[in-house]
Amino acid sequence: MTDMRVTLAGVELKNPIVVASGTFGFGHEYAELFDLSELGGICVKGTTVSQRDGNPSPRIAETPSGILNAVGLQNPGVDAFCAEEVPFLRKFDTKIIANISGNTLEEYALLSEKVSAAGVDLIEVNISCPNVKAGGMAFGTDPRSAAAATDAVKRNAGKVPVMTKLSPNVTDITEIARAAESAGADALSLINTLLGMRIDVRTRRPIIRNNTGGLSGPAVLPVAVRMVWQVANAVKVPLLGMGGVASGADAAELMMAGASAVAVGTALFGDPYAAVRVRKELEEFCETNGVAAVRELTGAVRPW
Amino acid sequence: MNVYKCTLLSNTRLTESSHDLRVLAPEMKDARPGQFVHVKCEGFTLRRPISVCDFDGEILRLVVDRRGAGTDWLTSRAPMTVLDILGPLGRGFSADGNILVVGGGIGTPPLIYAAKSAASADAIVGFRTASAAMLLGDFSEVCGTVQIATDDGTLGAHGRVDTLLEKRLAEHKYDRVLACGPAPMLRACVRVCAGAGVPLEVSLEERMGCGVGACLVCAVKLKDGNGGTYMGRVCKDGPVFRAEEVCFDD
Repeated sequence: MTDMRVTLAGVELKNPIVVASGTFGFGHEYAELFDLSELGGICVKGTTVSQRDGNPSPRIAETPSGILNAVGLQNPGVDAFCAEEVPFLRKFDTKIIANISGNTLEEYALLSEKVSAAGVDLIEVNISCPNVKAGGMAFGTDPRSAAAATDAVKRNAGKVPVMTKLSPNVTDITEIARAAESAGADALSLINTLLGMRIDVRTRRPIIRNNTGGLSGPAVLPVAVRMVWQVANAVKVPLLGMGGVASGADAAELMMAGASAVAVGTALFGDPYAAVRVRKELEEFCETNGVAAVRELTGAVRPW
Repeated sequence: MNVYKCTLLSNTRLTESSHDLRVLAPEMKDARPGQFVHVKCEGFTLRRPISVCDFDGEILRLVVDRRGAGTDWLTSRAPMTVLDILGPLGRGFSADGNILVVGGGIGTPPLIYAAKSAASADAIVGFRTASAAMLLGDFSEVCGTVQIATDDGTLGAHGRVDTLLEKRLAEHKYDRVLACGPAPMLRACVRVCAGAGVPLEVSLEERMGCGVGACLVCAVKLKDGNGGTYMGRVCKDGPVFRAEEVCFDD
């Protein structure tokens, strides 16, 4: 039996597999299919100070080995999240990772105060959403504003650890990672989606109504592995790795690159049981390869 | 709702671009008219949502339009292929009482199961041209009267289904109209049914992701009944909506 427990920013996860924000809603739908307690944690849909309608449809396009999406942070607002969703998720034996997105530093501070008071286990600071005009990625592509957003959340989070979610749409991700770490981030998560675009050549219209969207799925896995490896070599805080994970071997790859835990997202759309399957495959990988504790995989890559 | 491995029993071509698939799926015992299933296509990240054309408790009938590489894969499967199907999904039609079904093109298949489930049904179906017409024999079996319109006049009435609908509603009484087809056809149905004072349910189409309501990509603007609007999910809150719920202005 492999010891599947891992620790992320001081939070013990029963296993390293969590689901990625935006792919799992608040868990209601997938709870009809499996026990959410099978997951190490749940990064819930990103929440904002006020309710948001999001972008007009179409919001999704398929790509070679992936998808583009531009949902635009549709959510019921932080108060509804705290009042209705946190109590629902508390019924399961899994960690709740809130994902918050502000337009201003004041909004990040307020969101942090509210979700930490609601009793979430970890706060993921979204400074990397490519699909909203204000805020979002604007905070995540500049080291100073990434640090400022992280600091605003950290100061208002009480004892709840803070994890900053990094955008891959930058020249040097390690620069943003160091800035977030020095502003007090207890962990970092990466990668958010890569900005992309597809055009219907018959109509000459972009397939997505927002014109551009975020690329995810197996196509981005090598980018995620490279960025996790670079960031792991640049900071001391633990990492939640994500980007195109669809199998236990993919999860092992991200852990070897330096992640302490791994999120599954887009793979859920092809296989609603993907997160549970990835966890089982990872466990089998450990058993087959004589790995006694899954945490031994973190950073275990032997670079040339 | 769950993921099932279902054996493809037959695959026949209906028109130039559509295929009629029969799948052994006794597990889908709760499938209702207007619901859909989400079918895995090998090598693709996303499943393909296909409406339930008919279901007899064992055999699930799916009519699939070839629109791209994913549905090309699906419509070229040989019998005995095992398909990975998630379903049944979504909210279907109120298929009871005396109904009129109105369909356009690839929107016609789910109306077969709806008409069959109702106490009595008539149908108005529209197609681009005679060679694109499908399921006419099936509609004749489950409906009292079947009226046909084509855009080019090569079959049935020359013109659109809403002209036939307007006339039909002036002469006959129905508990409800159920419609599925392209957005302009649905908008015309909304106008005609509102004018005639007949309740209407519409089945909407949108590009989908998860199919279960979690990812929020298949958003549709809905009226909340108090003068406001909110974003609903075609896959979970629909694909069938009462016409008065939907904001058709976009």
